[in-house]
Order: sequence, then structure tokens, then C-alpha cells
Amino acid sequence: MNTTALQDGLCEFRWHGRGGQGAISSAKILAAAAYLAGFKGVTSAPSFGAERRGAPVTASTRLSSEPIRIYSQVESPDVVVVLDDTLVRTAKATAGLKPGGWLIVNTPRDPDKLGVGEEFCIATADATGAAMDVGLLVSGVAMVNTAMLGAVAKATGFVSLDELKEAVAEAFSPKAAQKNFEVAKLTFQRTKIRLAAGRAAD
Amino acid sequence: MTTTKHKVHVLTGNEAVATAAKLCRVQVVAAYPITPQSSVVETLSKIIEQGELKAEFVTVESEHSALAVCIAASTVGARVFTATSANGLAYMCEQVHWAAGARLPIVMGLANRAMAAPWSVLNDQQDSMTMRDAGWIQIFCRNNQEIFDTFVQAFKIAETVHVPVMVCYDGYILSHTVMPVEIPAQESVDAFLPPYKPHTILDPAHPRNLNPVTLADPRRNGDGELCHGYMELRYLHQEALLNAPAVITAVDQEYGKAFGRSWGGMAWGYQAEDAEILLMAAGSLCMEASVAVDRLRQEGIKAGVLGLRVYRPFPKKELIEATKNAKVVAVFDKSMSYGNEGPICADLKAALYGSGSAPIVHGYITGLGGRDVKYRHLMDAAKTSLTAANNGISTKASEWINCQI
Repeated sequence: MNTTALQDGLCEFRWHGRGGQGAISSAKILAAAAYLAGFKGVTSAPSFGAERRGAPVTASTRLSSEPIRIYSQVESPDVVVVLDDTLVRTAKATAGLKPGGWLIVNTPRDPDKLGVGEEFCIATADATGAAMDVGLLVSGVAMVNTAMLGAVAKATGFVSLDELKEAVAEAFSPKAAQKNFEVAKLTFQRTKIRLAAGRAAD
Repeated sequence: MTTTKHKVHVLTGNEAVATAAKLCRVQVVAAYPITPQSSVVETLSKIIEQGELKAEFVTVESEHSALAVCIAASTVGARVFTATSANGLAYMCEQVHWAAGARLPIVMGLANRAMAAPWSVLNDQQDSMTMRDAGWIQIFCRNNQEIFDTFVQAFKIAETVHVPVMVCYDGYILSHTVMPVEIPAQESVDAFLPPYKPHTILDPAHPRNLNPVTLADPRRNGDGELCHGYMELRYLHQEALLNAPAVITAVDQEYGKAFGRSWGGMAWGYQAEDAEILLMAAGSLCMEASVAVDRLRQEGIKAGVLGLRVYRPFPKKELIEATKNAKVVAVFDKSMSYGNEGPICADLKAALYGSGSAPIVHGYITGLGGRDVKYRHLMDAAKTSLTAANNGISTKASEWINCQI
């Protein structure tokens, strides 16, 4: 378990996606993988309420070395994961993000090209491209949610690829799990990172 | 007991409920979908369809029918289960009373949701409170592990006391949030919860008349036996509920011996022993309150949580004992008895009346219709109450937390 980045033993994630992209599923898989990684406290929840396909949605994840007792909504996340890069601006993805926190975006662009302030660590990965490369398509649409788990693993180090593999295997049929893990692994390798100003690499 | 076969899964509250129903080997499930409960019965219908659970899933056209099916199945001796939320529970209302009066050991999952109007699918506890006087046992859960464990306990309690049990858990906050849940092996659950043995069932081989029109006074039946009137039957129902705390506590302790976890029986405390101020609530809010208590203690305020696990029967004795050393109790109700105050607050005050050691009780209304409740809100309320108590203010009107009016 990598807890070096945990403040007060707690790390809070907010996920931004569009209804149907699988942000909630990824959030749940990350929680399961983190439990396997040794975090005693893991929770993931959708933003509460009604959802529509294509409309912006959010989800949240909390990871902690202790069982989690805070169930209220995440206000100031340590990590923000964005499945659709148009949401970085339109959904104000960095709102509340702690200085030095991670912004992890599905985009072919380099971290420096996102136009996001130097106070945040940025990881970018072309999850859409990776999903197309491994043929992870549903109704012709690239599924990017599990791909982004690879980027989260690479950027934060909270979970390893092995733990992701096991959590993905629990969440899908064997055939689907294989492809979903393959894409996460590919994205892990392709993730580009720019640390916040003044923050040295671990 | 060995725990080697017990596995931890990261589950939503609703998945924990469905898994518990499966491991309790329920024989009949009847339910109608309603947010946020729907995935409980969706999961169960899949489990039954795949042959993992030998049970009959009865699809119905309404919640009223769902509980009617459960009542019929329970009456012929089956272990039955249903789940609902808010307006679904309200639509069941007539049958909710019937299930209790007929003394059937039905277990219902209630994913707590606000009552319409205005329409809301989000969490508060108004639905439970609306049914508090129907004669069911109501248990509130603080996390998904307690949800699972409480369902296994609930069948045993219901089948011992002969009263239906409503297991209440906060919609979305628990129903849709994943967290680690240890799931015991089937044989361990079987050992704890043997098959249901009904004491009175409807059987064509032995015809009988159950719950006939009952007159005001006791009268003799066709065989010349003197039978109870309505009032006697209701007295016995009340007596069963008053005796239930001993059963609920014993079952929780027995569960602890078997599985390594028990949940405090009727009510529980966190840092409560020496607390000047107790933060009292039911359900998941207690967890947020425990964080508030840790922070208050860091500031030098002796605070504690008083968690209400069982709301009906109301644990008067336990609450008098738990509050006797506190200066003030701040009660956080996620519902309202409109025209009065929060129901838990009112009930606590009534329980303390005449007990001789009553602390000051202040009521707070919070989290209605999904309004987010932060630990800092609870800390602020606790400080307000403590300051008021130190200034000799014993009664004040209920405060609505974070109500932006």
C-alpha cells in the first residue's frame, strides 16, 4: 500500500464522466483494487440522483488506511479523474482540487497543453486510443473507464497492475476482464506525467 | 468458529442486502422496483434466475401486492423477504399493519428515502418514521457490514419474537456506496440461522381461520374455547415488542460469537463514557458524528456518539442509562413529525421524563431530501448546544441545520 500521498490517512477522488462512460464502475473497481492493495477503508459512490446517458456525471472514491467514517460528499479532492476531456472546462473539474493534487485526464494531449495551473500534478493518457487499439468497443464506442484505471495506478501508485487485474476479474466475465485489463495495462505504460511546480518526483 | 471461508467483498449496501437474503435462504421474494432500493431485488432476481438460490420470485404490479404476497407466503410457512423505499412503503401501508398484526416474521429492507411531495429520490428517514407505529421492529444500520449482519440477525429475531422486522439503511449513502463487507460462508450462516419453523401455518390438511373479524370482547369460538378480543391480541403484540430487546441483544451477541462482529444490540456508544455532550442519531449519520466527536475532543470538548440502532421497540432503559452522565444530548433527526419536532428527539425526551437524571435534550433537523451533512455541521451544533446548556438554556426549538431560508 502506498500511503505516502495520504493526508490524515485519507485520499479523496472525484470522477468526471458522461452518463454511460462507466465512471461509476471504474470508481468501484478502484475501491476493490485498493482494498486488495491493503487500504482498510475504501468507498466509492455515484453522485446521488438521476442520471442520463451523455450528461455529465460525477462519482467519488475514498481510500484510507483506516475504515472510512465520512460518507458526505467529497468537496476538496486529492485526485480528479476526467474520462472526457471536454469536461475539464465545462464541468470545472479542478474545482476544490487540493494544491499539489492530481488531475488525471483522458486526452491525447500532453499535460502541459491542458491549460491547467502549475499548482496541480497532471497525468494524461489517450484512453480512447488505447481502447480502440485493443478493440474494447461497445456498440462501436470506445470504453475508456477501465483504461483510465491504468493512468490512476501510474500517477498515484495507490494500486498496482496486479491488484487492478484481480479487481477487474471480479467485475467482468473472464473474456471481458481480459480486454479490460489489457487496456488498463496499455494506458499505464502510455501515461504522461507533469508534477506540480515545486514537487519532486517520488 | 473458523473465518477462513469468510471473504471480504467490496459491495454496495443493496448488494449486501441481496447477498444476505441469499445466504439466509429466503424462499419467497416479492417486490416492486423503486429507487434507491431497486438493485436489491434486481440482484436477487438474477441470483434466483441463475439457480443460485432456490426461491420463488413473484413479480407484482405494486408494493401493496408485494407485501400481500409476502404475507400469504409467510402465512403458509415460508421465509420471505421484500424491500422498498419511501412512497413504495407508503403504498404498502395497509399491508404493513397487517403483517405486524398477523405476527408474521417477514423481513423487509428499507433503503431510506424522502417522502414526496415534492418528489425526491434522495435520502432521509421520513419513510421509516411514517411506519413507526405499525408494530414492526425497526433497526437502523450505520454501514454496509452492519446491513449484511443485521439482515442475518433480523430473520432470527423475527422468527423468535413473531414480529416483522424492517432493516433500515440510508438510501444512496449506503445503498449505492461500495465498502468492504465480509461475507461468511453459507454453512456458517446455516449454523446460525436454521430453517424457519412456523408455529401456526395455514395448511389445507388442518383448516383454520386466521385473523377473522374480531369483536371488542373475548368470546367463545365454535369449539367452545374462549378466544382473545382485539384488545387482548394487541396487548400481546405490545408485550412481544417490550420483550424484544432481550432477544435482539441476545441475537446480536450470539452473532458476535459466531462471526466476530456485534453491533451494540439496541443502542451503542462511541467515546460516550465520559461525554459531556452526546450526539445522537440513527443510521449512517452516526459515522459522520463519530468523526465530529474525534475533532471535538481534539478541541478539548468531551463529546460522544449515542447511536440508536433499534428505534422500535424504543430502548428507553438503555437510553436512560447511556445518557445519565451527560450534560446535554443533541439529537439529529433526518425526519420530522410535522407540527411537533424530530421523532427521535421527542421519543428520547419522553423516555427521560421522570427518570431523575435527565440531561438537557436539543433537537436538530438535518439531511432532509438528501441535503449533505458534514461533520463540521454536527460539530457546530454540538458546540451550540453545549454553550446553551452551560448558559442554563434547557429547552429550545428544533434547529434546521444548513437550511438556506
